[in-house]
Amino acid sequence: MTTPPTEAVFSVDAPSGRAGLRHAVRAEWTKFWSVRSTPWSLFALVVATIGLGVLSTHALRTQPGFTTDPIRRILVGFNLSQFAIGVLGVLFLSAEYGTGQIRSTLSAMPRRPVVVGAKAIVMGGVGLVVGEILAFVAFFIGSSMLSGSPSQVSIGDPGVVRVLVESGIYIALLGLIGLGIASILRNSAGSIATFAGALLILTLIISAMPTFIVNAVSRYLPLNIGATVFSIGPPPRLQGTPVFSPLVGLIILAVYALVLLSGGCLLMIRRDS
Amino acid sequence: MIEARGLTKRFGSVVAVDGLTFDVEPGRVTGFLGPNGSGKSTTMAMIMGLDRPNAGSVTIDGKNYRDLRWPLREVGGLLEANAIHPGRSARLHLWSLAQYNAIRKGRVDEVLDLVGLTDVANKRVGKFSLGMGQRLGIAAALLGDPAVVLLDEPVNGLDPEGIRWMRTLCKSLASEGRTVFISSHLMAEMAQTADQLVVIGKGRLIAEMAVADFVARSSTQSFRVRVASPEPFITAVESSGGATSANNDGTLIITGMDAKAIGDLALSKRIAVYELTAQASLEDAFMEMTSDAVEYRGAK
Repeated sequence: MTTPPTEAVFSVDAPSGRAGLRHAVRAEWTKFWSVRSTPWSLFALVVATIGLGVLSTHALRTQPGFTTDPIRRILVGFNLSQFAIGVLGVLFLSAEYGTGQIRSTLSAMPRRPVVVGAKAIVMGGVGLVVGEILAFVAFFIGSSMLSGSPSQVSIGDPGVVRVLVESGIYIALLGLIGLGIASILRNSAGSIATFAGALLILTLIISAMPTFIVNAVSRYLPLNIGATVFSIGPPPRLQGTPVFSPLVGLIILAVYALVLLSGGCLLMIRRDS
Repeated sequence: MIEARGLTKRFGSVVAVDGLTFDVEPGRVTGFLGPNGSGKSTTMAMIMGLDRPNAGSVTIDGKNYRDLRWPLREVGGLLEANAIHPGRSARLHLWSLAQYNAIRKGRVDEVLDLVGLTDVANKRVGKFSLGMGQRLGIAAALLGDPAVVLLDEPVNGLDPEGIRWMRTLCKSLASEGRTVFISSHLMAEMAQTADQLVVIGKGRLIAEMAVADFVARSSTQSFRVRVASPEPFITAVESSGGATSANNDGTLIITGMDAKAIGDLALSKRIAVYELTAQASLEDAFMEMTSDAVEYRGAK
């Protein structure tokens, strides 16, 4: 048997303090960009948003007077990209459970809320930057296509900047809701289905309910909040139903994300990994 | 120093780990031995704070894993299943773990070099063989230069050269004064690597002892002997200091003498020997020890 040297000291360069959110955000940033699915998903998101916007705006140019709110047509691609960003948010965590990577992650950072918090900061930050860039790029492409037509729109028109800024925030919040669902369900397929269900199926079901239920509930649905965010006036689809102002809608979405992520943290603390 | 005290883990009605109490001391390799399904991996997961015990506790230098300040700098763990995202390169996998614990970037290349993965550092982990994945897991365990190293079935998937490398690595980590805790279901492997043993079966502690004692106890070699006339041979063996016991099939089990002494004795007594077979290896002794505690057994 070997005799241990007395008072052996390892990892001598350990800094003071402890591993925390600052380190976790850097690590999660590395992890976010080091799998191929990330750039591909973001690329698909950009193509869908810009491409659909161009197609829809083109249709508007050839059918002048079709809408009084051209910005909604310009941003029509966001109806698709809100799903893409949600899936990205789900996979950022659920893929770790699917592959077992979560065990490596939690051995490096055993405090679950720090891991979830770091992922939320990275996901929210990327979602916000990508969302804002997409909103403004889509707008400038769309408005240049419409210039000279009866539907022409300019960045200085009332409400335009509000729509563009809040659309980016909406995209970021949906990414966080996806992450929050994954923190609770862990499984990729189940989380994606839940996310899509909460957006689409729930909206369909509620819209088929008696009017008093529609009036009470439909303004809380993410898809309906999105519709108010993406348009300058009240969205035609929701004519006659009470809606929240876009800002209040975004605050409600932020509350959803916060509740889901906190619930996920609590479950992760209690559950085996 | 790892201290488990009454560690218990239930999955539904199944008790995977049942009141385990043991110590793992620094400066030596401690082998964690038990049949498949005996609760080794669950115990490892509880040490690393991944699974929560239903009762009892396990601490590392007096602290719970979840309270460690720089976890990877204090404990390095290799977990049984490859706990790695297959789409990431080995280097970026290690770099993200390093960032979590403020470990400098140069250390990533050092551990890649140490485990011999420098050439494939930028390859996606999904393309790795089982052995390469195992080496990457060991690189991750050593990333923070930790005082405590936990390796769950480290030789799984390694080729003979890799197994020898693993053995040398464990011994040198221990000789530097680290706490080294490695699990295995192979007694022969542990006998060559470990100094101390923690043996479990069905989640319960069966033995905690030095490997040397285990080997000494179980290499009280016995022989199965068939002779022409058992009665006088028994007398002869016992008067020469050996011990005998009779089997139902007419053979004798002799201990306390080696094969040469038994053969010479039979010759001097002019008794014909029809069979002389050595019995019991380390593996047999281990099987004997855990035979009541084997979870899964093939049909006979």
